[in-house]
Amino acid sequence: MSAVGAEVEGATGGAAPAMALRHQAAAFVVMVAVLAVLPFFVYPVFLMKALCFALFACAFNLLIGYVGLLSFGHAAFLGSAGYVTAHAAKVWGWTPELAILAGTATAAALGVAIGALAIRSRGIYFANITLALAQMIYFFCLQAKFTGGEDGIQSVPRGMMFGFLDLRQTTTMYFVVLAIFLGGFLLVYRAIHSPFGQVIKAIRENEARAISLGYRPEHYKLIAFTLSATLSGLAGGTKAIVFQLASLTDVHWTMSGEVVLMTLLGGLGTVFGPVAGAFLLSTIEHYLAQLGAWVTIVQGVIFVICVLAFRRGVVGELARLIRKPL
Amino acid sequence: MTPSPPSRGRGQGEGGRSTPVFQLLGIPPQALFGQLLIGLINGSFYALLSLGLSVIFGLLNIINFAHGAQYMMGAFVAYFLLQYAGLGYWWALLLTPFLMAALGMVLERTTLKRLYHLDHLYGLLLTFGFALIIQGVFRHEFGSSGLPYPIPPQLTGGQNLGFMFLPNYRAWVIVFSLIVCLGTWYVIERTKLGAYLRAATENPALVRAFGINVPRMITLTYGFGVGLAALAGVLAAPIYQVNPLMGADLIIVVFAVVVIGGMGSIMGSIITGFALGVIEGLTKVFYPEASSTVIFVIMAIVLLIRPTGLFGRAQ
Repeated sequence: MSAVGAEVEGATGGAAPAMALRHQAAAFVVMVAVLAVLPFFVYPVFLMKALCFALFACAFNLLIGYVGLLSFGHAAFLGSAGYVTAHAAKVWGWTPELAILAGTATAAALGVAIGALAIRSRGIYFANITLALAQMIYFFCLQAKFTGGEDGIQSVPRGMMFGFLDLRQTTTMYFVVLAIFLGGFLLVYRAIHSPFGQVIKAIRENEARAISLGYRPEHYKLIAFTLSATLSGLAGGTKAIVFQLASLTDVHWTMSGEVVLMTLLGGLGTVFGPVAGAFLLSTIEHYLAQLGAWVTIVQGVIFVICVLAFRRGVVGELARLIRKPL
Repeated sequence: MTPSPPSRGRGQGEGGRSTPVFQLLGIPPQALFGQLLIGLINGSFYALLSLGLSVIFGLLNIINFAHGAQYMMGAFVAYFLLQYAGLGYWWALLLTPFLMAALGMVLERTTLKRLYHLDHLYGLLLTFGFALIIQGVFRHEFGSSGLPYPIPPQLTGGQNLGFMFLPNYRAWVIVFSLIVCLGTWYVIERTKLGAYLRAATENPALVRAFGINVPRMITLTYGFGVGLAALAGVLAAPIYQVNPLMGADLIIVVFAVVVIGGMGSIMGSIITGFALGVIEGLTKVFYPEASSTVIFVIMAIVLLIRPTGLFGRAQ
């Protein structure tokens, strides 16, 4: 029985670290170049949505891909950060950067609380517990006054970021979102390739041995969980500013399922997989949006195919093909 | 249809003319017992569903995320039997679990079986995919509104207990699910078949070495769990209507119930199922705002004190 994220690394682990770094750096440059040019060809609002989801999926992947913990409640962080950001920007009149910061901080605090409860268990228990706790957050958002219930918080002002970036202009907004995404992406990358990252991978592979070497798995798991929740919150806050909306969709468990699917489709435990998965799934959903229930069916079918026959995901398979980690 | 009980509760209580015979903490007895009944009904479904999840989890080590969808399918099969085959409630109650169990066994043999050598989380993800497909297909075909399913003629009407009115069908659901739960408990904990099952849960390789066909047992167990979910669906059809999304949110509550009871514990699922239904009902009377979250709050508290659940053993 292999841990969830380990399959991909096992297939590509042969390359020397320096070589790996060069290939990933090259892939990173390509990704940035494509994302910088893309808004001139593709509808930017769609791209911003995909970028927010990509950051969300990267944050989620940190947990499943490198600690081996499947959280089924990540929507709680995305959604609650969205609500706080929207409320801060609309009702309190905060500037967008402060509003997003407030949302991110909320997600971080929630991450510490939910993480502290959930990391005491593993595997399926962990998935179950995160799901149930996130459902509690969902009901809170449904009933609390400031969230606007079924309506959500609408027409949130985008405002001026740092006093000089006018986010009402779509191009400016796009590059701000891109910068936030890249910041989050690099932070995750740095975390994975740091000594901290080595320890969490060691815990994933063999927790007992990590303990015997003097590491405290709970501390590392809680830090990883909180970091993941914080970045999910950053994605949620940014999304609320982009769409000028915070709604129940982002806290519902279907969103938690969607981020699992994005990461799975792109490749669990790969650096670029979550980004690819988020863009792929957003594209699929964009074209199926008019068909109502078909979105759910297609999502389900992708889940089944990925789990049964395509466990490495798109980027994982690609990495195996070129025999380099991506 | 309601033969009016002596005092009609809330309405008179507000008027201030009723004699405060039964008043408990200012709550009129009808409201209290009414919610208690709803709590017991919900508890029956929590118990039946968490029992199925527990049995499946015990042997397969996967959380069957499709359980809610299979419960919903059970209700739909009952509806189809009535609409297209003219078979009423009792036939549905008998046939649906077997039909759904057969479907479950096919699913296990063709797909789930391929994942046993991997991390158990893949099983969870696969069944999650199935849940999405099933719910999507039914929502596509039948929309989101409910289809009515009649209460069987033998069980219409109700009993006036003096302090409350008890509809016969609801009493039947509570009693019948209690019988099914205790029957399952008896089979697993007290019979030879159950002993094999428990042994296979402990150590499948050793049980296989004794010549028992464990893979077949796994298939049958999955079928049995799915059958239980379908049975709950048939029982629920006359109460909640037949709705493609009836299992979607319910199953998450049931997951919390399973965590509270301790995963894999049979009696634990039954007791926590009924108890949490009642607690939820009482919360609706005393503090309605918390009624949808109370189970999750209890779960968080239980996890702090006993991470393995109330009746669970160490992982």
